[in-house]
Amino acid sequence: MDTLAALAGGFATALTPTHLLFAFVGCFLGTAVGVLPGIGPALTVALLLPITFQVPATSAFILFAGVYYGAMYGGSTTSILLNTPGESATIITALEGHRMARAGRAGPALATAAIGSFVAGTIATLALTFAAPVVVELALKLGPAEYFSLMVVAFVAVSAVLGASALRGLACLFLGLLLGIVGVDLQTGQPRFTFGMIEFLDGIEVTIVAVGLFAVAETLHLATRRKHGEDEILPVQGSLWLSKSDWARSWKPWLRGACIGFPFGAIPAGGSELPTFLSYYMERKLSKNPGEFGHGAIEGVAGPEAANNASAAGVLMPMLTLGLPTSVTAAIMLSAFQSYGIQPGPMLFVTQGDLVWGLIASLYVGNVMLLILNLPLVGLWVKILKIPTPQLYAGILVFATIGSYGVSNSVIDLLVMYGVGIVGLFMKRYDFPVAPAVIGMILGPLAEQAFRQALTISQGDVTTFITRPISASFLVVALLLAFGPKLWSAWVATQQRARA
Amino acid sequence: MPRHRPIAGEVACAVALVVIALGALWQTAVIPTSPIYARVGPTLFPWIASSCLLVIAVLLLVQALRTGFGVEESLTVDWRSLAWVAAGLAANAALIGTAGFVFAATALFACVARGFGSTNFLRDAAIGLVIAFGSYYGFEKLLGVNIGAGILQDLI
Repeated sequence: MDTLAALAGGFATALTPTHLLFAFVGCFLGTAVGVLPGIGPALTVALLLPITFQVPATSAFILFAGVYYGAMYGGSTTSILLNTPGESATIITALEGHRMARAGRAGPALATAAIGSFVAGTIATLALTFAAPVVVELALKLGPAEYFSLMVVAFVAVSAVLGASALRGLACLFLGLLLGIVGVDLQTGQPRFTFGMIEFLDGIEVTIVAVGLFAVAETLHLATRRKHGEDEILPVQGSLWLSKSDWARSWKPWLRGACIGFPFGAIPAGGSELPTFLSYYMERKLSKNPGEFGHGAIEGVAGPEAANNASAAGVLMPMLTLGLPTSVTAAIMLSAFQSYGIQPGPMLFVTQGDLVWGLIASLYVGNVMLLILNLPLVGLWVKILKIPTPQLYAGILVFATIGSYGVSNSVIDLLVMYGVGIVGLFMKRYDFPVAPAVIGMILGPLAEQAFRQALTISQGDVTTFITRPISASFLVVALLLAFGPKLWSAWVATQQRARA
Repeated sequence: MPRHRPIAGEVACAVALVVIALGALWQTAVIPTSPIYARVGPTLFPWIASSCLLVIAVLLLVQALRTGFGVEESLTVDWRSLAWVAAGLAANAALIGTAGFVFAATALFACVARGFGSTNFLRDAAIGLVIAFGSYYGFEKLLGVNIGAGILQDLI
């Protein structure tokens, strides 16, 4: 009952005209950036970070959450009509959705994606509402040693498990951790990694690194491999109302997608690509006519889209309850908490109850808004899709300039952003993942804090991490995540050799 | 097994990481520490992070030399395109402190659009000017965020 009362309080916060406006602006912006290839929610939230100096925390987070959810909705429109996934999580949608659009069924594809996103998003938000307080209860029992080990799990998951190469992922993670060290050490006041420059004493701004990686590097990368000719945008054909048989074929994939997506988002092995792939294969297995897959099967749009949105809500769970971001956007939102001086973690529900519950309530509201924004207004997004690439990327760089230069009016910040962009260009070219670097940079200082607290409590005894049972089991999980897949494939290989 | 020919860019990336790791170790060594914090001081975590990076960077270097990263062969670099974008970024950084955001952003916009294959330079400059002026005005007047007035301050 406590939860319901708190949620009701949250709705009282979220339904005020100001917050409704913030939610609407967030959803609108989010859908727009989701639709546009090349910019995503991470970049948008990073560019919006400076508003944390201007508006109260609750409004800012309602805005950010709107952007985050909106991008998930918007990405599917691009995948269906353009076959270029607007977001990495909508690759699968591009597969089946685009085929449907080719066959003149763009309308039903868009509808099942949007309604599925709504259904799954709402289910996942419900799951978040009722699971979060339970997780908070458990999390309050964790000490610094356990926290540190849990963060190790998250680090390993984002760097070694997702992505093509564990080695390159880990290199990016440690690079991010080193970036996070730059600045004055909060416990002793010693400057670290500043190379004697005053500009670095406050550390490196998250906005600058994120914008450098996502806007500058992306633009430079595309410029080096510019492909000539434009993609064809398919017209929205077919009714936006689902037919009876479309409903019948969609509702189960929606529910299954939601069930797959939420847990994948919630465990710190995040990423929203994995659940969408899983959902796709599951729907193909379960389908009565699997032959239709690859030629525009509506189940192949409904399931992955639902999984995608549910995992987005899932990611918010470790972020809000443990202060543990498992996606880049969540990491940047975490840094927004810090710029308000709010310590993310289980205490958030205790000390900032109004904020958290207002935010959760706004997710319900946002889902309704997004359903309306994405179906009847789909024509507007198609127009946005028609912005030609040259002007689009030119515009992105102009806004990147505002984001980095606007805060402190420092050309050094601008140059640091360019530098990060050049590094990012090489990262993209040689397939180094970006997420571990950003998450390492933001979560690193918190991990170090927990590490040092734990060691202070144990009076410098490093074994504290393995003698405390919960901490030890987290570390075992981290080890399994890091080496499990390798051992497994080695084992399979020997088995096959034995059989041959 | 045919001998792998190392790809210059991959080796360069790995070497750069080794250099960064060594730089980080050096910066860790110069962090001043007081003996009170000797045990769990401000240097322990940086030591761990930079030595781990060094180990991984060396492993990557070995991988780059022996087998390569196994990344798909990239397309050839479109240097003209890249040069236009780089020129735009340079113009932006050079102009923003003196001429101000609006002119810097206009130059940036026109150059980047040219880099991405737009042929009408003047039209792009005009679009850039409108966007730049619009955002300048919006940020400066409505939000009170100064994004670099430059010489515009005296004009309006």
